[in-house]
Amino acid sequence: MNLPIAPPQDPHPLELDQPRVSVRVPTVRVDKQGALSDPERVERAMRSFVADFGRTAAIYLESCIHCGMCAEACHFYEVTKDPQYTPIWKLEPFKQAYKREFGPLALIFRAFNLKAEVTAEQLEQWQHLIYDSCTVCGRCSLICPMGIDIAGLISQGRHGMFQAGLVPHELWAVAERAAREGSPLGATPAVFKDRIEWLADDHEIEIPVDKPRADVLCTMSSIEIMKYPESVVATAKVMNHLGLDWTFRTDGYEATNFGLLSGNTAWQKQLTLKLIEAAIACRAKLLVLPECGHAYGALRWMGANVYGKPLPFRVVHISEFLAEHVRDGSLKLKKLAKSVTFHDPCQVSRRGGAVEAPRDVLRALGVDLREMYPTKGTNWCCGGGGGVVAIHRADALRHKVFEIKMTQIEATGAEMPVTSCANCRQTFDDGQAHFHWDKTMHSLLELVADQLTEPGR
Amino acid sequence: MTMLAFARGPALLFALVFFVGLTGWRLCGIALLRSSVDLSEPRSKAAWKGLRLIALRSWPRREFLRGSAFSEITGYTFHIGLLAVLFFYVPHTKSFAEALNGLTGANLRIGGGWPALPAGAATTLTVISLGALVIALAHRLSNPVKRLISNFDDYFSWFMTAAPLATGLVVHGYLGSPHAEAILAVHLLAVDALLIWFPCGKLMHAFMLFAARGTTGVLFERKGAAL
Repeated sequence: MNLPIAPPQDPHPLELDQPRVSVRVPTVRVDKQGALSDPERVERAMRSFVADFGRTAAIYLESCIHCGMCAEACHFYEVTKDPQYTPIWKLEPFKQAYKREFGPLALIFRAFNLKAEVTAEQLEQWQHLIYDSCTVCGRCSLICPMGIDIAGLISQGRHGMFQAGLVPHELWAVAERAAREGSPLGATPAVFKDRIEWLADDHEIEIPVDKPRADVLCTMSSIEIMKYPESVVATAKVMNHLGLDWTFRTDGYEATNFGLLSGNTAWQKQLTLKLIEAAIACRAKLLVLPECGHAYGALRWMGANVYGKPLPFRVVHISEFLAEHVRDGSLKLKKLAKSVTFHDPCQVSRRGGAVEAPRDVLRALGVDLREMYPTKGTNWCCGGGGGVVAIHRADALRHKVFEIKMTQIEATGAEMPVTSCANCRQTFDDGQAHFHWDKTMHSLLELVADQLTEPGR
Repeated sequence: MTMLAFARGPALLFALVFFVGLTGWRLCGIALLRSSVDLSEPRSKAAWKGLRLIALRSWPRREFLRGSAFSEITGYTFHIGLLAVLFFYVPHTKSFAEALNGLTGANLRIGGGWPALPAGAATTLTVISLGALVIALAHRLSNPVKRLISNFDDYFSWFMTAAPLATGLVVHGYLGSPHAEAILAVHLLAVDALLIWFPCGKLMHAFMLFAARGTTGVLFERKGAAL
């Protein structure tokens, strides 16, 4: 028998020079969308980066003193001590592009090649850093001695990565599905309506849908619709208890915004406009956002800017809504004899400013509230925000990060962890299953709905 | 023209013009960029109150102290020493007064209310500052995070900052010696070089500090976000 003489070629090169027994560092898969050449990917990323370089970004990118303190605030660095997870390093191609292509000294940087061009290979390497290992939680923005909002820059950096077709596949796929079907998890208008009917029957509760006029438009996140439908019922219970003129609408119910998380500004706008147009269509005075962190940022703080003018209605997170009605006495609650600790959803609390609202609600429930350390603005992220929970290859890293949360919660000795973000809740459920942990995350909204007194006002 | 005359004459003039020109270019280049108006309904109508972040961020939050105390203390030690010597050491203040008199035709005199740092204290502070700089460099070289994110700018800025301090110490040590004039010239050239490098690299953080903290403070205060 004639054996081939030539050595095997790629994809299986000989590894004779490699040590026989060694710890292998698994290579991180790089995902690419679209049939683009490397130069095309770089050019598209650069064009997007430059489009994002306004005054605020320029101030930040001119200010970094490379002190590295941001690493100390990052949960991914905290658990790995791997310097590549230093938040400002996750922006290196973005910074490089600024200095070489846009900053006041760009001409000099280019003329003398003092800053290297961003390469396709570099962008591919950074996919892991800017998506898998950043939840855009903004903790790093609180430690930076220069005051740079690093998380804000990460979101802008993602715009360029999306344009270059360099988004983790799972995140891209759910974002694309959301743009195409109206929901990242298949909660299409028909599915949503079906679920509402089923839940209304099952719980013998009135859940109005598609009322032509309503004072309050309620919205949900796809995670709640598909995984935690009790939240839909809880929303209805609270609204009915308060006797409000409210509705869900099938033309604007899904508040999650994977356009924002993936970095596609067009999809972000499309998803945001659906909610705005639905609220305008039913002449709502108030739009209540669900227990979802990034949905709050996407509509409460970015909605008007996407729309191009101030919104003709108020936007509140459900925890703020509950707190308002607790404060004015319209929400009547039975006491709950439990010890509770509250996990702050980063986009609602640290970056959104709704820090005290959930605590006011918990106090009204009469629970023994035990704060974590750190808490409120500096609380640790659950590790699943920013779209990370959707990226399967990031699971191992995310689970490591989750250990911080378990330690924090165990230290409080509280019986029940509670949060007001379904994405955090999903991350906690996954972490609980992974670690066989005995603590289950609870929803603030569902807790309130369970403690409503009869009848309402 | 002697080296000293060159260092305190044309070289200093060029360095000052370059410093002012390029600093202005960089600051204007940023200030003139587009900035979109935030149309969202603010939580706080007094967003300007966020400017307090300029002062607040001068010391880390308690939660972050463990990880950042070393860098903070090193940084403060070096900065305080440098600024005290720069602005309160009598030969420096005299030079500033002379320069101002030359530029404005005024007749400012040092003394009165302006504090004067005795030579011994200035020397001690310079040594402490240099020590802090050396520690900061050692930390940059040995700490994996800092080593990864550092570039030419970090190391060259360190050198350009340390040079005037080191040469200043030598000047003080050689006062009255036949080489004093030459050493003073080297010290002044190091200062000229620092002025030229200042607007080119990260030393601009002396100005950017206020812009970055102020911007974040106002944006975050508007939302009620944690400062």
